[in-house]
Amino acid sequence: MRYARRALIVAWKDLVVERRSKETLNALLFFSLALLFVFQFTLGPDRERLAAVLPGVLWLGFILSGVLGLGRTFLVERDNDCWEALLLAPGDKSAVYVGKLAASLALMLVVEAIVLALFTLFFNVDLGPALPGLALVIVLGTLGIAAVGALFAAMTAQVRTRELLFPVLLLPVLVPVLLGTVKATEALLLREPLASVAHWWQLLVAADVVYVVVGLLTFDVLLEG
Amino acid sequence: MVKVLGWLAVVGIAAGLTMGFAVAPREVTQGNVQRIMYLHVPAVWVAYLAFIVGFVASVVYLARRRDTADRLAHAACEVGTVFLGVNIATGAIWGKPTWGTWWTWDARLTSVAVVFVMFLAYLLLRQAVEDPERGARYAAVLGIVAALNIPLVHFSVYWWRTLHQPPSLLKPGTSAMPPSILAALLINFAALALLGAYFIARRARVLAAEAEALA
Amino acid sequence: MMTHEALIEIVGLVRLFGATRVLDGVSLTVGSGEAVALLGPNGSGKSTLLKIVATLLRPTRGTARVLGHDCVREAEAVRAGLGLIAHGAHVYDDLTALENLRFWTTLSGLPADRERLTAALGDVALERHAGIRVRTFSVGMKRRLALARLSLARPRVLLLDEPFAGLDQRGRKWLQTRLEAFKAGGGALLMATHSFGRELEIADRLAILAGGRVALDTPRGALGSDDVQRLYAAHTEDAAL
Repeated sequence: MRYARRALIVAWKDLVVERRSKETLNALLFFSLALLFVFQFTLGPDRERLAAVLPGVLWLGFILSGVLGLGRTFLVERDNDCWEALLLAPGDKSAVYVGKLAASLALMLVVEAIVLALFTLFFNVDLGPALPGLALVIVLGTLGIAAVGALFAAMTAQVRTRELLFPVLLLPVLVPVLLGTVKATEALLLREPLASVAHWWQLLVAADVVYVVVGLLTFDVLLEG
Repeated sequence: MVKVLGWLAVVGIAAGLTMGFAVAPREVTQGNVQRIMYLHVPAVWVAYLAFIVGFVASVVYLARRRDTADRLAHAACEVGTVFLGVNIATGAIWGKPTWGTWWTWDARLTSVAVVFVMFLAYLLLRQAVEDPERGARYAAVLGIVAALNIPLVHFSVYWWRTLHQPPSLLKPGTSAMPPSILAALLINFAALALLGAYFIARRARVLAAEAEALA
Repeated sequence: MMTHEALIEIVGLVRLFGATRVLDGVSLTVGSGEAVALLGPNGSGKSTLLKIVATLLRPTRGTARVLGHDCVREAEAVRAGLGLIAHGAHVYDDLTALENLRFWTTLSGLPADRERLTAALGDVALERHAGIRVRTFSVGMKRRLALARLSLARPRVLLLDEPFAGLDQRGRKWLQTRLEAFKAGGGALLMATHSFGRELEIADRLAILAGGRVALDTPRGALGSDDVQRLYAAHTEDAAL
């Protein structure tokens, strides 16, 4: 299907450019590592206290990395007037949104997987049977972050105060996602069954649907520059 | 037309004040401080009404690109934010003598605070984008996202915390409130809605005048 | 240069930027197989006009139609038949020439198999640079890559904003040949330019933009660069009055 081809080529382009320039991925990984150390230093060796705040700390790390990384997705389009070229290429512009979303999602999930592995290693957490449920929550939450992030990144890419404005726009809107993911993660780490947090991951699904649909419908308006 | 709205609002406020201070009974446990509820509660209802207006105006702007729709969206979101600010401030004033603290992280207060910050960000975006046409488009998209996000914020925060007085007005079946209190609330709501509409209309006019002055 | 159908129709175009009336009632047509050169001082609105025809900007009033489609209401249809060569190179520096072609062609919904792309690169003498990242390309090479992309898209209308700027002598000759071929194939060409020299040879008509309007629309005929200079000075001075 042509739409899928077009979305995929946008995602492919973003990932290739990212792989070659290595700007974002490295920064995100080092940032997450730094967060890891900061948390260890501030929270101290008390295992019980660490276990209690771990879900919040983990998702704080994910969202902050998202804010750093997502804000940059459209910067590459500013060079050589590629932005106007994207607008000029005929076809449904929402495919560009889907491609950007897919690439950001892939990048964020890679960073999150590494950070999660490091967290479990350094804070001695046994994920075990919680892992599948946790994976679901992480995917749903990250999809929400990336869906809104891609939209707001397009809005702020050409604004002078981008680095400040992007997190200011993104964080309040993401409160439901943050609450849902943290509460669900908390329950899952306490070995509660996935069904007990059904309302949380259903909220995440609802949020994801809302954000992606709005993105699909309004992205071309943002691309007009 | 706008002048009529203004005068109606004045009448409404007078009626509301009368209801709130004279007609409605003094609350048993909290005393007269409880009367602030007649401003606090309707303020948030009017705010959310304003955001719905902003949402519809934003959609219309994206579809039709009419500047009047953009100005209406801008004015509505601004006035809504102000009314939320009133709600938060009156909530704090009510809370200090009643619960002993200016702020608690309970469901209602937190969700209002989140929505307040969301629309503050909306106003910030409007300021940050220099090109007015682009700013209008971006703000419309943000207005749509923020408005649709309001129920998500409410549910997530409510599930996270439940300390606030249960929303008595929205419970089906018997109302726990004596009729005079209910009447006072509704009249104050109508008064504030008229006032809000008046503010929105005036603000939209100012925005139009600004746009003309630049042209 | 028989013009059979009007491929670009601009009628009464007005564009305001805040208080400034950059375009104040521009009307112009370009027919099939025809090239119109748009002349005018800086700030006269040449780029703005091109952007509106290219669907990148909305006019405040008036209409622009390309290939019979309205630029505002049928923007995607216009984009399918239109090509733009402007200041930006429209390339990703970290991708190779071949990858850039593959990206833009696929995004436009066109077939992008390797043979087709390599052939297009060959047409613009870039096949040896297929696997090299565009970051190292000169202005002329990037321009050739843009033309390779257009040759795959086959637009019927070409909009050019100072296309010869930054090209060396060989590059200019080469571009001129390409544009002649495009015209001969029935395409319509609208070119904004500053120079009165040899670049104007491709133009069949001259349109001088001044005071937000087309001050003069005349066939180029046998006008030499001095004649053009005189006309230009006359009309842009009149507008200033």
